[in-house]
Amino acid sequence: MRAFRYHRPADVAEAVALLDADPEAAYLGGGTNLVDLMKLGVQRPGLLVDVTGLPLDTVEPGPDGGLRIGATVRNSDLAAHPLVRRDYPVLARALLDAASGQLRNMATTAGNLLQRTRCAYFQDTAKACNKREPGTGCAALHGQNRELAILGWSERCVATHPSDLAVALVALDAVVEVREPGGPRDVPLAELHRTPGDHPERETTLPRGALITAVRVPPLPFARRSTYLKVRDRAAFAFAVGSVAAALDLDGDVVRDVRLAYGAVAHQPWRAYRAEELLRGRPFTAELAAQAADAELAAARPLRHNGFKVPLIRNITVRALTGLAGSVRP
Amino acid sequence: MRGGRESGKPADDQWSSRLALTVNGVGHDLTLDNRTTLLDALRERLGLTGSKKGCDHGQCGSCTVLLDGRRVKSCLVLAVTLDGREVITVEGLAGRRLYPLQAAFVAHDAFQCGYCTPGQICSARGMLDEVSRDWPSAVTADLTAPVELTDAEVRERMSGNLCRCAAYPNIVTAIRAAASSR
Repeated sequence: MRAFRYHRPADVAEAVALLDADPEAAYLGGGTNLVDLMKLGVQRPGLLVDVTGLPLDTVEPGPDGGLRIGATVRNSDLAAHPLVRRDYPVLARALLDAASGQLRNMATTAGNLLQRTRCAYFQDTAKACNKREPGTGCAALHGQNRELAILGWSERCVATHPSDLAVALVALDAVVEVREPGGPRDVPLAELHRTPGDHPERETTLPRGALITAVRVPPLPFARRSTYLKVRDRAAFAFAVGSVAAALDLDGDVVRDVRLAYGAVAHQPWRAYRAEELLRGRPFTAELAAQAADAELAAARPLRHNGFKVPLIRNITVRALTGLAGSVRP
Repeated sequence: MRGGRESGKPADDQWSSRLALTVNGVGHDLTLDNRTTLLDALRERLGLTGSKKGCDHGQCGSCTVLLDGRRVKSCLVLAVTLDGREVITVEGLAGRRLYPLQAAFVAHDAFQCGYCTPGQICSARGMLDEVSRDWPSAVTADLTAPVELTDAEVRERMSGNLCRCAAYPNIVTAIRAAASSR
């Protein structure tokens, strides 16, 4: 591991100034991903700015419902929060389906959103990777790509975003509060992560030095009927092969509103707007749910080893929505 | 301030830091290379070799310790971040008698080679505290109801600790036995 300097900033402004001034500086949150990548030589920061001591560790109910989640709230504390468990089961489920008890005690909310892909080629410094070293190529495109993207990828990068939390949050229309060198800004979570395009090394739309300070989840009463379904290669402590976050609001049999997002299919958490549009205003059936998923997945371009993800995502969409419909009906 | 900002420190010392760390109730004043993980600090500097290095990447759980009472993987914690914090390792659990989880692991033959055992026991201690606070898990059917510690709950909650001897059935039995005598 490369030697690095370490600093605990007194406040958010100092943290942002330090990152802005030093191109080799990185923020340190829970460290569950960054410290691992430093051991692997994938990330080589010269200065760690530890933000875990900043006063960003509370979950506050919003004035009109909703939640404001501090950036350094640990995943385990967020999953255990009474309001999250009661009002946003999709959020609690996504958190509890991720990592292990020890890692959830360490990992932070913002760190989870900014974690790096688990693409094996990205994590292996002996392999070509445009995300790790721009211009070197993508060994995954024609390599072992079973776990990788089916939507929105480019010839330069087929990596997936590994977060479960981000999938639930994008379904809930969450907004990220960011402090940039120029001042504070709100960024809808749906606009935080980029498609890889020609620059897979740029993973977010945030400028250098930007620090996420909180995540706001707007009020959404029907999210009390929401869930997260995650498919993985073993029953616990594994990244998703495919996942769906879903919330359903029925008026009798008719879909009044719906939220759908997919995980482990793209470079970003994938909000399924087309599927939602097809579902709204129609009588809910399992067939309609399958049609909606098919409409979303029409744009899918599976790689050599991950064609199975298309029916997998369709099937878990149907399972999640029919489960919610069953629980909504009187 | 610490690290590179500490006044009077030579410039070549910006790569290390001083910190006060309490381990098993004993205070230590350490100067460590910033790269030192908590696990390496415990094993290589403090001689506490109970916590084990298995994968060193946060996957196997054999390095699990309690940090301010919560279970964490010490291989992914940088020691430099822990100034003023309290750590409990497997060496700090027993008093004059074995800690109940330790006694239960012996009574129920919950190990073979024993390498993962300190991490299993520290993890189980943290896990039982989480259950006592009614934290739900991925297999908890009702997120808002009190937690009932079934075999399925123990298995899910202990999934961050691997046992290559596959002593899992007896680990589950031992943890449930210790939990019921709490």
